[in-house]
Amino acid sequence: MNAALTLPARSDRLGTLLALIGLAAVAFLPFVVFKSNRIMPGEAHSLFEVLPLPWAVGFAGLLALVGGVAVLARGARLRLLVALLGLAAVAVAVAFAADLLTPAGNRIVRISPGAGCWALLLAAGLLSTDAIARLGPGPAMRVFGLVLFGVVTAVAFHAGLFDHLSIMREYVGNASRFAREARQHVLLALGSLTAAVIVALPVGILCHRVPRIRAAVLQVLNLIQTIPSIALFGILMVPLGALATAVPLAAEVGIAGIGAAPAVIALFLYSLLPVVANTVVGLGRVPAATVEAARGMGLTPGQVLRQVELPLALPVILTGIRIVLVQNIGLVTIAALIGGGGFGTFVFQGMGQTAIDLVLLGAIPTVALAFSSAVLLDALIDVMKKAPQ
Amino acid sequence: MRAFGVTLRLGALALLVAFLVTPKSFAPLFAPLTEYGAPPIYDQGNLLTLALAHLGTVFLAAGASTLVAVSLGILVTRRGGADFLPLSRTLVNIGQTFPPVAVLAIAVPLVGFGETPTLIALFAYGLLPIFENTISGLKSCPPSVLEAADGMGMNGRQRLLSVELPLALPLILEGIRLSLVINIGTATIGSTVAAKGLGEVIIAGLLSNNTAFILQGGLITGLMAMLLYDAMAALEKRILRAAHL
Repeated sequence: MNAALTLPARSDRLGTLLALIGLAAVAFLPFVVFKSNRIMPGEAHSLFEVLPLPWAVGFAGLLALVGGVAVLARGARLRLLVALLGLAAVAVAVAFAADLLTPAGNRIVRISPGAGCWALLLAAGLLSTDAIARLGPGPAMRVFGLVLFGVVTAVAFHAGLFDHLSIMREYVGNASRFAREARQHVLLALGSLTAAVIVALPVGILCHRVPRIRAAVLQVLNLIQTIPSIALFGILMVPLGALATAVPLAAEVGIAGIGAAPAVIALFLYSLLPVVANTVVGLGRVPAATVEAARGMGLTPGQVLRQVELPLALPVILTGIRIVLVQNIGLVTIAALIGGGGFGTFVFQGMGQTAIDLVLLGAIPTVALAFSSAVLLDALIDVMKKAPQ
Repeated sequence: MRAFGVTLRLGALALLVAFLVTPKSFAPLFAPLTEYGAPPIYDQGNLLTLALAHLGTVFLAAGASTLVAVSLGILVTRRGGADFLPLSRTLVNIGQTFPPVAVLAIAVPLVGFGETPTLIALFAYGLLPIFENTISGLKSCPPSVLEAADGMGMNGRQRLLSVELPLALPLILEGIRLSLVINIGTATIGSTVAAKGLGEVIIAGLLSNNTAFILQGGLITGLMAMLLYDAMAALEKRILRAAHL
């Protein structure tokens, strides 16, 4: 901590930039936007118009402290602590502002965070991200941090802290659907991933063993990846629809031109390339001497593959799986366009109604899901790399 | 094998151009997919115009992303920008967990429907691969080469222009290609917010339950994306050969 307290020779440039963004956000941008109902144009309120004066002054003072630390302090731990404090303070302040602006018992008014609030969250978020990047925490610490953040956020939502914000109003109106679409989203992403891994692993092993077919297989999979998702959904809808009409059994097990079937197949096809390519790379990196030694010990080719080559290639294969999972979670959003369900349903519905809160109700969980799976899988990969068999 | 590849690509290009210029002559192929006398070929707009608008949006956004991403990449790898480097790397990783649709969807309520939200989403999303590759390209220049450049009396600017950037060029070009391919896909989704583009054909098919529209929209967009990816890869090779790398 001592290092943090000694003033540096010059101010931190990133911190200065973020502090200026925060200052401009408080001075010039609206902190909250008030709408008398869902479709009315909003009226902007600054921080000082909404919060009672002592609160506003206290909050501004806290923000000034965060800004000061961002500019002057070098210690990453102190910066992280203060940035998280700032993040929490902005969240509490916007929730408090929404409480104050909502007339008692009124369920029609809509209060959303304004541009200033988003800018403050962005600045504090970037400051903490930067501190985490400089600290370089190990895998266990990263997972712990993610879980802690998730628990604190969940508790805050459950305690009703944000109940008067517009996005929670949208959630209350769609609560049962939200759970269903969330399940559907995860199912689509994980289902297509599982199917892809089952197929791609053997294909990858085959490509490793038979160099002749390697280039051709990878090129075809590469081309599939370049096809835009809506286009691939569209192309797949036609044969699947025809199949459902021609074979009643296919229709009975849920195969149809519209809905989850084309989405799952398209996601499956997109998922093949990263897994196959990484399997080939991972197996290729296994030292030839190790394989020789295993053979010399009398292991059969199958045993060499299972006990030596695959375990050694696992971190690289997992990296491919991580790419696929993050990519799939994002792409499932588009499946909503063809009736596949998932969080995209809210995104497209919100776009149609120009209701940004409904869009956010779909977009924020999608990003959170993708981000958490990236953190978890990255941690797993780090652990595997550090503990060689 | 090489001749076969070239023939295949030329054939695909010819097919794409023929379809865009005289779509009506392909009507018999798509007629079996329609019901109740619905039009077999997209008739709510000119396919060629849509394709050109689509490409225009993609290239405009990619040009802007390239300019900004390469400049930022140079900035954060200079000594004066070192404070920004750790965050830049992390941000690129986090940014890629954002689905392009989310970026598009969030832009709509801010700037309204039409071309603008699509351009913003394409620009923002296209920054990531180029920025990432510019940083890794500039950071992976061998220190011995940089020292040699300093030893020859080059100043920072000369070293950047005649040593670092040329060495980073292959990675930067790859980033631009990735960004273009992602953009073609995202621009397709842009049609849901009323941007002019080929996604319109697919969306119209989905709305009017016309499988012929869906299929031809999907085929044109898919073919165009694949050809563009391929052309970019070939262009990259040429540029690199011309630069003797």
